[in-house]
Amino acid sequence: MSAGASTVAVGDVLPPLALPAISRTTLALFAGASGDHNPIHIDLDVAKSAGLDDVFAQGMLSMAYLGRLLTNWIDQASIRTFEVRFSAITPVHGQPTCTGTVSSIETVDGVRLATIDLTVALADGTITLAGDAVVELR
Amino acid sequence: MPIDHSAIGRVLDPVITTLERGRLAFFAQAIGETDPVYFDLTAARAAGHPDLPVPPTFIFGALLDVPDPFEWIAKLGVDMRFVLHGTEKFSYHRMLHAGDTVTVQPTITNVYDKRGGSLEFVVTTTTVTTAAGELAVTMDQTLVVRHPEAAA
Repeated sequence: MSAGASTVAVGDVLPPLALPAISRTTLALFAGASGDHNPIHIDLDVAKSAGLDDVFAQGMLSMAYLGRLLTNWIDQASIRTFEVRFSAITPVHGQPTCTGTVSSIETVDGVRLATIDLTVALADGTITLAGDAVVELR
Repeated sequence: MPIDHSAIGRVLDPVITTLERGRLAFFAQAIGETDPVYFDLTAARAAGHPDLPVPPTFIFGALLDVPDPFEWIAKLGVDMRFVLHGTEKFSYHRMLHAGDTVTVQPTITNVYDKRGGSLEFVVTTTTVTTAAGELAVTMDQTLVVRHPEAAA
């Protein structure tokens, strides 16, 4: 399940993770499963009362998809840090794709650490999340 | 009404919770996870885990599993409908698994504003500690509060 750590090189591209369009059911299930019951994501009345046309996806749903991208590629225990900035909302029916690229490798205290640049983008090119993860290569 | 900066340094109520196998499997289903290590106990054990592993972002929700998870935001005078998630960072120190009992302890570490106060930012740092007192995860979060009426 994990990349051959010794062969990882700068510029390597992780196998992308293309998700199906996000449905309202997905939002409801993620609210329950994640514990984030913020109604702005699941209750149209609340969204409208805040001046929005519709509910929108939980940012942490997309971050969880990025987590899948990482753990598909490397053993989870290798992940040191994982951070994102939420730059645009994901509308209902948005279709996110997660991508990652190895941007640098350095050795710190005898441990090889790779930085993976991460993005989540919608089909129209809108970047909804951008960030990075630092993983141990071992 | 701007957020009172005296909130900086405020230690919020901790949550002590036991991570449940069924909940982890539900989370895996909700995010479309296909790796059985995250929802099938047999596969998890075959991969060397003592129980289902807690995936990278799951622990974020531990703070929300209380009767009124957004009370601390309301106490800042903030309307939750105008709150957006700005940034989230996880720093991992050890893996967590189903059955682990953790103490999740948030602290408000900064409050600041931009654009003449039309956007306010609330920064929290949350530690996740095992029953043995070992630090497992640190979470740093920035929430963005929109004040549409304050926009120039």
